[in-house]
Amino acid sequence: MSATTTTAPAGRDSRMDGSERWIQTLRDITGGSAMISVLAVLFALVVGAILIAFTNERVQETAGYFFSRPTDLLRAVWDAVAGAYSALFQGSIYNFRATNFLTAIRPLTETLTFATPLIAAGLGVGLAFRVGMFNIGGRGQMLIAAGAAGWVAFAVELPAGIHLIVAILAGLLGGAIWGGIVGLLKARTGAHEVIVTIMLNFVALYLIQFLLRTPGALQAPGSNNPKTPAMAATAVFPDLFGPRYNLHAGFLTVVAATIFVWWLLSRSNLGFQFRAVGQNPSAARVAGINVKNVYLYAMAISGALVGLAGINQVLGTVTTGFGSGIDAGIGFDAITVALLGRSKPWGIFAAGILFGAFKAGGFAMQAAEGVPIDIVVVVQALIVLFIAAPPLVRAMFHLPTPGTSRKPKIRAVKTRQTNEVVAK
Amino acid sequence: MSTLTQSSAPASTPIVKPAAQIRSWKIPITFGSFAVLSLFLFVVLGRGLRGELSTFRLSEGRDLIQLPEVALPTFATGVFVAVVLVLMAAASAWLVYRHTKIPIVLTILFALLFLVGFLAWAASGSTIPVPGLLIGTVTLSAPLIFGALGGVLSERAGVVNVAIEGQLLAGAFSSAVVASATGNPYLGLLAAMVAGALVSMVLAAFVLKYLVDQVIVGVVLNVLVIGLTSFLYSQVLAPSANLNSPDVFPRLNVPFLSEIPIIGPVLFRQTIIVYVMYVAIALVYFGLFRTKWGLRVRAVGEHPQAADTVGINVNRTRFIAVTLGGVISGFGGAYFTLGAVGAFNKEMTNGMGFIALAAVIFGQWHPIKATLAALLFGFATNLQNVLGIIGSPVPSEFMLMLPYVVTIFAVAGFVGRSRAPAADGKPYIK
Repeated sequence: MSATTTTAPAGRDSRMDGSERWIQTLRDITGGSAMISVLAVLFALVVGAILIAFTNERVQETAGYFFSRPTDLLRAVWDAVAGAYSALFQGSIYNFRATNFLTAIRPLTETLTFATPLIAAGLGVGLAFRVGMFNIGGRGQMLIAAGAAGWVAFAVELPAGIHLIVAILAGLLGGAIWGGIVGLLKARTGAHEVIVTIMLNFVALYLIQFLLRTPGALQAPGSNNPKTPAMAATAVFPDLFGPRYNLHAGFLTVVAATIFVWWLLSRSNLGFQFRAVGQNPSAARVAGINVKNVYLYAMAISGALVGLAGINQVLGTVTTGFGSGIDAGIGFDAITVALLGRSKPWGIFAAGILFGAFKAGGFAMQAAEGVPIDIVVVVQALIVLFIAAPPLVRAMFHLPTPGTSRKPKIRAVKTRQTNEVVAK
Repeated sequence: MSTLTQSSAPASTPIVKPAAQIRSWKIPITFGSFAVLSLFLFVVLGRGLRGELSTFRLSEGRDLIQLPEVALPTFATGVFVAVVLVLMAAASAWLVYRHTKIPIVLTILFALLFLVGFLAWAASGSTIPVPGLLIGTVTLSAPLIFGALGGVLSERAGVVNVAIEGQLLAGAFSSAVVASATGNPYLGLLAAMVAGALVSMVLAAFVLKYLVDQVIVGVVLNVLVIGLTSFLYSQVLAPSANLNSPDVFPRLNVPFLSEIPIIGPVLFRQTIIVYVMYVAIALVYFGLFRTKWGLRVRAVGEHPQAADTVGINVNRTRFIAVTLGGVISGFGGAYFTLGAVGAFNKEMTNGMGFIALAAVIFGQWHPIKATLAALLFGFATNLQNVLGIIGSPVPSEFMLMLPYVVTIFAVAGFVGRSRAPAADGKPYIK
């Protein structure tokens, strides 16, 4: 995410001589956003380490006789923290203990697998943020999309390839409808999207639960469990690097979605309208933009993107049939991903991969070291919190403030933009 | 709400809102949809229920004053309700056509009638325990109401509070731990308030001092609290059970008042948490609208520049209001552990904070209205429980869905563009 948040170089004077420019550059780098991001990650990891150490049994034991043998405590702390973080790293990026490269690199593909739905849903939430709306309806949109895509995938018979595409389209449509309802209600009646998305989460949950236990709908034939049958092989995302890795072609759809959102927001006419409405709906209306339509389109596209996460879950990750817990909390995680990525497509892409790494590594850490995966959630939250508050990080590490003269103005504008989200 | 947009429209943006004098058909349309729904449910689907009786039990066995059970013929009641609802929808359309304001009484009457019809239809052939339904409503609403009050207080001061979920969860966690460790549930309540206050102080510090986007901080604080409490639960509480077994507050009967038919059991046979809730609702309402401090809080939330000009310290006022909001929300968190379950569990608030947030918006940032909205959600939750026991004529999932669908309709039809405090979510930079 550092790449997306780098500040534009401050307008420097050409009169600056070499050394001055060097100092200014150094100030920009150390005080700038890239540095802040790195420090935020570091600091979050330190807090996580403290939590791991404090709750470690061995550490608590050795702390009892700290004054007689302090090295025991220090060693216990080191063992706990280093063990946990090395497991986290080896579970998410590269496994040093593996015998050959192809096995050693497997964690990285796991990271990308976990990142896939996070990126898709993050793009959806981020897009809504850019239009000044807060989409907490990820759960409902994912469930509906998963239901639609899943039904096409196991109940319809089509040739390979076409089947997959039809299933994806069905899922996208499902997500778009579920999100579009929100946009439509907001546009036509002014209903607040926060309420409607939360309510639609429940409606979708119960709808899917009903379909899952209704024979002929989503329930597997001959079964009493609220679970669908397995997806047809023709409608499943193929593995990207063969059967030894879990990574599937769904990742490519997410890359495509990221490019699409980037194109939409920064190159298309509609995207310009989106951003204009997000910054100031009244000004956009005066400028001739149909704000109501923008709300509708934005929520529909947002819903479709979040739906893509649900599609990836049922056609890529869990192809053996799914229950009503298929969303796996991704709809809510996506909010954090979108915030960390600052609602920019490639920022969200990077943030999604980071969070995917945390998820993959977290499971490995829990299995290997017995450290609950929840610590990962804490670290993620702290990262976003610190990245969102550059002045705090600067104050903590005594960093200089880049471009001091223009900072307050920019910050004021920025907060106002993002605040449109709830201050409607 | 139509009146609000009408009155504000010509003053601010006369060009882009020519709709100022146009009739708003929202309420008739909403009434109409519900009337059609009731025709379908009670008359078309209800045909099969001819001859069935729906019984409403109005008293509990231990009440002093026993009210007789009311048995209504299901189908006839349904037809009667549906017809009256259709007539009321027509009346509202006529009122709008005549440019007359639709009286609020009509809306309330409409909602009550629909409810009676719905309950009669759902309970065909069985008995609905009305006091039980309402007692559970008040109990289940308690955390929502506390959360909503905390949210109202914070947002009235101009700080968007998405962190209600985190405040509730922090309150639940710390009350369980402290109450178990000390053996004193009252200390648990205190700990819940402190925990809620701490969460909102972090919110306030980031928002007021570091000017971070308020929604971001709120969302992140939720995640942080969920992560922290889950982590500590797995690492500390799960291995040693004696840290997670607080005493649950018993239900206390208020003498005399608890013997009033229906109202008595519903309002005055509750735990101390609910009694504190009554006080909290009154205090927040009184504090916000009847005291100098409340006027300042609202001023800071509506127009911080103006407030600053007359010498109010904007950020300090906001800080205090947000912290107080956290105290209230945190107290509500204690309901989960000390009022209901008797042990902390991972993510046990289960999205209640977000529903409380919805109640804040639904209740138009007003403590009493937000309380009513929270009660509606509590009623919805409890209706699911009651109907789950007595069984219902349609698949239970649709019954479970209905309250949320009704809320969407209500938000779209009646509330509409609910107006947040003008400076809600905007940092104040001198």
